[in-house]
Amino acid sequence: MHIDKDLVAASATPLVLAILSEGESYGYAILNRVRELSGGELEWTDGMLYPLLHRLHRYGYVTTEWRSPPEGRRRRYYAITDAGRSALVEYQRQWDAVSRALDDMWSRFDLRPAIGGA
Amino acid sequence: MAGSIESHIAEWRTYVRQGRAVEGPDVDELEAHLRDQMADLGAAGLTDDEAFLVAVKRMGHVDALSREFALEHSDRLWKQLVLGSSAETERPATHLVEALVFATAAAILIQLARLSSGWPDKESSFFLRNVSLFVLPFLAGYFARGRRLSRRQGLLMIAPFVVAALVVNLYPFGPGSSTELLVALHLPIAMWFAVAFPYMGGAWRSHERRMDYVRFTGEWFIYFVLIALGGGVLIGLTSMLLQPLGQHVVEQVLTWVIPSGAAGAVIVAAWLVEAKQSVVENMAPVLTMVFTPLFAAVLAASVVIYAVSGVGEFDRDRLGMFDALLIVVLALLLYGLSARQGTQRAGLMDTMQLVAVAGALILDLMVLGSMLGRIGDLGFTPNRVAALGLNLVLLANLVWAAWLSIRLVAGRVTVHRLQRWQTMYLPVFAIWAAAVVVVLPPLFSFA
Repeated sequence: MHIDKDLVAASATPLVLAILSEGESYGYAILNRVRELSGGELEWTDGMLYPLLHRLHRYGYVTTEWRSPPEGRRRRYYAITDAGRSALVEYQRQWDAVSRALDDMWSRFDLRPAIGGA
Repeated sequence: MAGSIESHIAEWRTYVRQGRAVEGPDVDELEAHLRDQMADLGAAGLTDDEAFLVAVKRMGHVDALSREFALEHSDRLWKQLVLGSSAETERPATHLVEALVFATAAAILIQLARLSSGWPDKESSFFLRNVSLFVLPFLAGYFARGRRLSRRQGLLMIAPFVVAALVVNLYPFGPGSSTELLVALHLPIAMWFAVAFPYMGGAWRSHERRMDYVRFTGEWFIYFVLIALGGGVLIGLTSMLLQPLGQHVVEQVLTWVIPSGAAGAVIVAAWLVEAKQSVVENMAPVLTMVFTPLFAAVLAASVVIYAVSGVGEFDRDRLGMFDALLIVVLALLLYGLSARQGTQRAGLMDTMQLVAVAGALILDLMVLGSMLGRIGDLGFTPNRVAALGLNLVLLANLVWAAWLSIRLVAGRVTVHRLQRWQTMYLPVFAIWAAAVVVVLPPLFSFA
């Protein structure tokens, strides 16, 4: 299934913030988590994650730090801040409202008969 | 084999670095990602070469990637408002010709206006009042062409200039009227904000574009001063050369050269800011670094001096001087913010800035106190209303800027918040300047 570009872009910020609220992480691991959460259906161009992370940093939603563990590669870690958490709550409210409205409509007429049959 | 992979990665790094918005640490970060990806692919059984190709492909097209970086880090390459490499190569030459055409037009118009008004032989308030209207519309036009404004945006751009021309010339100012002088002082500021609209390509709501305009204003000012210094040397030499022909000839030449040269320099400086960006780019942060601590020291010292010796009576000249100082400090603050990397942690410079803002705030309060005293004793005049309004506008800005600066230094907010506050506040300055031009004169029956 191909997910529309605008939808991917709109969901990117809340998704990254949500992943970081589980604990600090770095770019490559965040992307793997996104693939895992969406069952591989949410495909990002890897590089695009970094401008997004930098924007979150500029807004003060995340802090960042270079760290090199004893074994392993030097990586840039990101951790969510309090401001980031409250932004995430706000995002959650907005997405809840959107998906409630959509769910309501979906339940009235199921437009996906083909999926079960195919 | 491993060596060839390293050289592939090095090549890829160089290629990514070419996008001017992607800086060293960003490339490090992308490289770490690339290597993680390659390691995983290698574990899944791919050869090094295959893993490299797949990882690079997943990273995304380099052009698209650098465009995305550029959108986030517009401060790194804000001059390339039109992104993409093809636009970059064709820009400077054609724009120079355009800039020269507009500069020449402004230079000619200002001469026509000067000749028809008889300035400076005759005391001509018409010329002084309108002077910004002879020059800034050309600057707006130059940007409108460069940004390819739509017809509707073009009309919106012209509207403030038309309104200003009507207001300034239809108001029946009395001879020696002080509202007229205030209009002459405030109109250039209001019109400078009108130029912001075409500069931003019509996107005047965008806070990032507003910051770009602040940055442009600072660098334009630097270039204008540099041109003026060069022009000063030229004029000095010319007048020495012409001296044998008599003082009269020298004065004649200067009345032709100075107004036209200044008018043309306004537009040429704007062109220089965009075309020769990298020259000033290195200078601007240095200048703010040098002057912010100096102004902080001057402000702190004057606060101490006035606190010890008492404010005394602020007469008109001293008020004007203080207001000029406050405006310079605010301009420096704005310019410093526009050059500030949004992601840096608060440092010594931010503490300096906080000292400067706090000093300016205290001085502004002293000035306001003294001014209110004068108004209480002597009543309202156009000058006092204009000064009072200006100081209140500055006060509101400084109070919140000081609060945010404290929180910044304490590590509670990011620079982004300070920048956002200032870009949000910019229209207030524009509205105040416009109000002094449009509303104040009729209020005081053009006295």
